[in-house]
Amino acid sequence: MLAEILQQVINGLIIGSTYALAAVGLTMIFGMMHIVNFTHGEFYMLGGFFAYQLAAFLHLNYYLSVASAVMAVMAVGFVCERVLLAPLRGKSIDTTVLVTIGLSIFLQNLALLWWGPTPKSIPLPFSNMPLRWGPVVLTWSRVLAVTVTFALIVLVHVLIRKSLLGKAMRATFQEKDSARLAGVDVERIYALTFTMGSGLAAAAGALLGSIFLIYPAMGNMAILKAFIVVILGGMGNFLGAIFGGLILGVTEGLGAGFVSSGYKDAIGFVLVILILMFKPSGLLGKGRRL
Amino acid sequence: MKQARMLAIAAAVLGLGLLPLALTSKYLLHLVIMAAIFAILTMGLNLIYGYVGQLSLGHTAFFGIGAYTSALLALRLQMGFGWTLLSAAIAAGAAGIFIGHITLRLREAYFVIVTLSFSEIIYLVAVNWVDFTGGPMGLPDVPSPAGRLPGIGAWEITSKVSYYYLVMAVLLPLALIVYRMVRSPVGTAFVALRENEDLATSVGIGAYRYAMIAFVTGAIFAGLGGSLYAHYVGFISPEVFTFHYMIIMLVMAIMGGLGTISGPIVGSILFTLIPEYLRVAEKLREPIFGAILMVSIIFMPQGIVPLVGRLWRALRRRPLETR
Repeated sequence: MLAEILQQVINGLIIGSTYALAAVGLTMIFGMMHIVNFTHGEFYMLGGFFAYQLAAFLHLNYYLSVASAVMAVMAVGFVCERVLLAPLRGKSIDTTVLVTIGLSIFLQNLALLWWGPTPKSIPLPFSNMPLRWGPVVLTWSRVLAVTVTFALIVLVHVLIRKSLLGKAMRATFQEKDSARLAGVDVERIYALTFTMGSGLAAAAGALLGSIFLIYPAMGNMAILKAFIVVILGGMGNFLGAIFGGLILGVTEGLGAGFVSSGYKDAIGFVLVILILMFKPSGLLGKGRRL
Repeated sequence: MKQARMLAIAAAVLGLGLLPLALTSKYLLHLVIMAAIFAILTMGLNLIYGYVGQLSLGHTAFFGIGAYTSALLALRLQMGFGWTLLSAAIAAGAAGIFIGHITLRLREAYFVIVTLSFSEIIYLVAVNWVDFTGGPMGLPDVPSPAGRLPGIGAWEITSKVSYYYLVMAVLLPLALIVYRMVRSPVGTAFVALRENEDLATSVGIGAYRYAMIAFVTGAIFAGLGGSLYAHYVGFISPEVFTFHYMIIMLVMAIMGGLGTISGPIVGSILFTLIPEYLRVAEKLREPIFGAILMVSIIFMPQGIVPLVGRLWRALRRRPLETR
């Protein structure tokens, strides 16, 4: 019994760190910028497909493929922000929700036309044989994904909290007009933050695509989980995103093991509803109201 | 003026009554029936999103609840159509009260995400509770509307023409309810909340109360639409809860004209017919739908009905000015 619980918890922690990775970019875009970006799942999907395209067809080095995919999606994100979202700034939030939903359907179906519905796997430069340490089973791609997740989250956290750029970002999204008065180029900050967030989504898609498979609808579940993690962790709280991801992963693991695996995906939704009812500032939040 | 309006209404009702005679193609009649069912769904969505201004992504939950309630009662308990339709409305309305109670205290992004969460949870229940809902395989052989009336005896609707009249018999009273509701003080309160919630609250309009009225009425509409859909198509699966239907309803409501009475109806007709003509480019249908949603929000957020209204007024004004 205890061994079983331990196994579920460990599985949950591994899955949870992948959730955290998928959520980092959204913590920026939704948590900080307050843009409800339903296209985030498609940036995630494109990250996976671009990496696949480069590695499988152009036979590019794996790490180089992932890096180039991230750059390419950042370019896509930049264009989306400038063309679609910048003109909608200041309009009601529903407008961005609907535009990003429309864009997400558009991109997802283009990917379906281009790459087809069959799941693909990114060719890996290392053998993906499982490594065993007692009860823990790991593969290299998982170790890589978890390491990159923590590295990225810490990096972003430091950037936002310590650097001058991070200060400008926080100022912009908290009090746009004052930031502008203080000499911050607000439009540039918006474009830059959105582009970075898109790149993080692509990194998640490429790395998780190396663990699982890549298919056009892969962003659908990823974005819902990412929204859940951002709300659980608290809006714009990067360390909270790690925490939220792990909590979600472990709860799902335990739920799947002891209740029913079919309802695994419902757990996150229930958690979000409970959090917003009772503690809307997130699990780590200080009880601030919405 | 009043007489002219009565005449126009009488002509419209007569036209709708004679429509099946004019539509010789069974396929076209089928499309009209589907458009009418979608109009019922979209009118409900328009109440909460178009009038109160709260974007609910959980409207499919009520559509699906209505469809499943009707189908299950007809299949398991052999209930007559009148009862299944009524139960669908009650079940969807009750779910609306429950979900509304939790979500209507939230605003903006949180409202959007939590309404979406509810429809995802209900979808998962429909997929996983196999014994009750039939699971992913769905419920086949939902009977066509039938029942027993005192004095008339047993009746059953089998032809498309009679189904058309049945759907109209539900749609028209609902359209009248919307018309009366939005022109009453309740409708004014809806719009006040949409335009400026703080101001509306400060003059004593209870945001929660009025949003709840719109939300639950919308849920009941969706439940009725779901019931009509289940009995008409004869097969339902968890697919009725999916985001696909949500997108269709949103496109219909927005392109038709949010916050107008006829917008949802116009949008439903257009976006039932247009995809059929896009069948030539079957694979491009979904991306085109996505693009339409994007473009309409950016360039035509008011929708077709207000646009036509403005054009009409502009055309009528011109001769007066030149005179």
